[in-house]
Amino acid sequence: MSNKVIHALYNDDDILMDAVKKVKSAHHHIDEVFTPFPVHGLDKAMGLAPTKIAITSFLYGLVGLSFAIWMTNYMMIEDWPQDIGGKPNFSWFLNMPAFVPIMFELTVFFAAHLMVITFYMRSRLWPFKAAENPDVRTTDDHFLMEIAIHGNEEELTSLLNETGAVEIKVIDKE
Amino acid sequence: MSSHYEAPIREPLVLGDKSYHDITVDIAKPIEGKANKNWYIAFTISLIAFLWGIGCISYTIGTGIGVWGLNKNIGWAWDITNFVWWVGIGHAGTLISAVLLLFRQRWRMAINRSAEAMTIFAVFQAGLFPLIHMGRPWNGYWVLPIPNQFGSLWVNFNSPLLWDVFAISTYLSVSLVFWWTGLLPDFAMLRDRAVKPFQKKIYALLSFGWSGRAKDWQRFEEVSLVLAGLATPLVLSVHTIVSMDFATSINPGWHSTIFPPYFVAGAIFSGFAMVQTLLGIMRKVTNLENYITRLHVEYMNMVIMLTGGIVAVAYASEFFIAWYTGSPYENFTYMSVGAATGAYGWAFWSLILFNILIPQFLWIRSVRRSFIGSFLISIAINIGMWFERFDIIAIVLSKGHLPSTWTRFEPTFVDVGIFIGTIGFFGVLFLLYARTFPVIAQAEVKSIMKVSGENYKKLRDGNHE
Repeated sequence: MSNKVIHALYNDDDILMDAVKKVKSAHHHIDEVFTPFPVHGLDKAMGLAPTKIAITSFLYGLVGLSFAIWMTNYMMIEDWPQDIGGKPNFSWFLNMPAFVPIMFELTVFFAAHLMVITFYMRSRLWPFKAAENPDVRTTDDHFLMEIAIHGNEEELTSLLNETGAVEIKVIDKE
Repeated sequence: MSSHYEAPIREPLVLGDKSYHDITVDIAKPIEGKANKNWYIAFTISLIAFLWGIGCISYTIGTGIGVWGLNKNIGWAWDITNFVWWVGIGHAGTLISAVLLLFRQRWRMAINRSAEAMTIFAVFQAGLFPLIHMGRPWNGYWVLPIPNQFGSLWVNFNSPLLWDVFAISTYLSVSLVFWWTGLLPDFAMLRDRAVKPFQKKIYALLSFGWSGRAKDWQRFEEVSLVLAGLATPLVLSVHTIVSMDFATSINPGWHSTIFPPYFVAGAIFSGFAMVQTLLGIMRKVTNLENYITRLHVEYMNMVIMLTGGIVAVAYASEFFIAWYTGSPYENFTYMSVGAATGAYGWAFWSLILFNILIPQFLWIRSVRRSFIGSFLISIAINIGMWFERFDIIAIVLSKGHLPSTWTRFEPTFVDVGIFIGTIGFFGVLFLLYARTFPVIAQAEVKSIMKVSGENYKKLRDGNHE
């Protein structure tokens, strides 16, 4: 069975938002919306779950902090407890203030980079990745809504026409 | 359009009757067009300066640090002055993209891309100095705690110079991914517009296959926000750590607890001045006057006034505390009567003139809103903030605890040549950037069009003219 989808193009973000709400209230599932810039509230209107990426960042930060504490303790206190300028090396805590900058920087380093890598992996973005937006105008000034057709093509088309779509196309997806 | 309400008192941030497509066209134009003669002239000059700098660096490394003007008492001068100066310049970029994002300042959107580019290119320059000022730069990798064949000989985590290594490399790499992530939608826009196959290929590669899905944007915004939240303490910590190179020492004039916040304020002060300098030229040559407006210039000038005021208060308190300690050693610090009347009096007074006196003109509204006025003042601040670092380093070192060690510092042509080289390198990078990267974050500007665009504001507020 060929998988048909409908592509509705809009040329304004407010019209798009209204359209998304209408399509949702008519109980159609919106597969995807492509926009040239972040349209605020679009994820809510589409019913997307909130992203958990900030939580991962917090955990990565904890990893960075633990790593810094382990590293300074191992290298400065356990492995070579040398007297460098009279700094106390009997315990990690005694010399702790001098390790704060390292602990801070490594926390930020881990939290930032691992979160960004997570984002690139989850959103499937990498240097030789081919673009998947179906219409080049969606990175300029058009907004595209993609809805799967389940034998209700005419009903959907008329609904989308009502919402102010400037262009409606039925596409065969293999 | 009720969701796009903004108080009528606010001036528009995007001038003219712009549509979303107009923004795309305006921002893509400098990239899709050909460079003009002025660009080639500027590029050639920068390139020559850069090559000259490479020559001076090679000469230094091949012959030894002795070719610089340093002596056994003044072991840091132009090298670390330039390092701190460049790091400081870089700070405004992060401030504009991160701190102003946290404060939801919409005016950042026209300038954040270029400010971040400036950050990254400035940190490149700064990063050269810690390497080339080493006596044995080929052993530079020893600063990294890598397991090794010397029984695993580690580094000493007590040294602020090592903290610098961690701070600068974290700062550079985080700024870079922050900048790059923000660039993805804009590269995608260029990719989808490109007509030449080569250009299409390059921007397809650079844009990482960005498609602008709703879910992508949701994550994108969260990532930007968290990165801004991480970059804000990072930017404060980086210059704090740089200031600790001095503040943790025992030299009178350096051993001062005010340094961390005061260096950060100075960094924002000088960084914004550099943004002002660069954007003053950029808005003209790339015809982006409708996006980088008088209002942007005024807002940046206000930040300059604020941070300049903080710096001035810090100078005053340094001067006061030097006297208030009653310690005779503090009579020769960079902010003292000894400095004002000593051999480096000219450097002391340059600092006062360029950093404290000249920026006060910004209190006058017409100066603050004038392009040429803010351009000239920003140049003065760039010079003044160089002198601040030079004064802190060289004046303090020239008169230490023992009078028998008192000496002077005179730079050689190599000191000067390397500094000129870094300016050239910065120019080369920035000029290439301006021709190949979208200099304004178009996706962000489009998202504020309906709130802050002149045409939309007029429609909403009614025509008051």
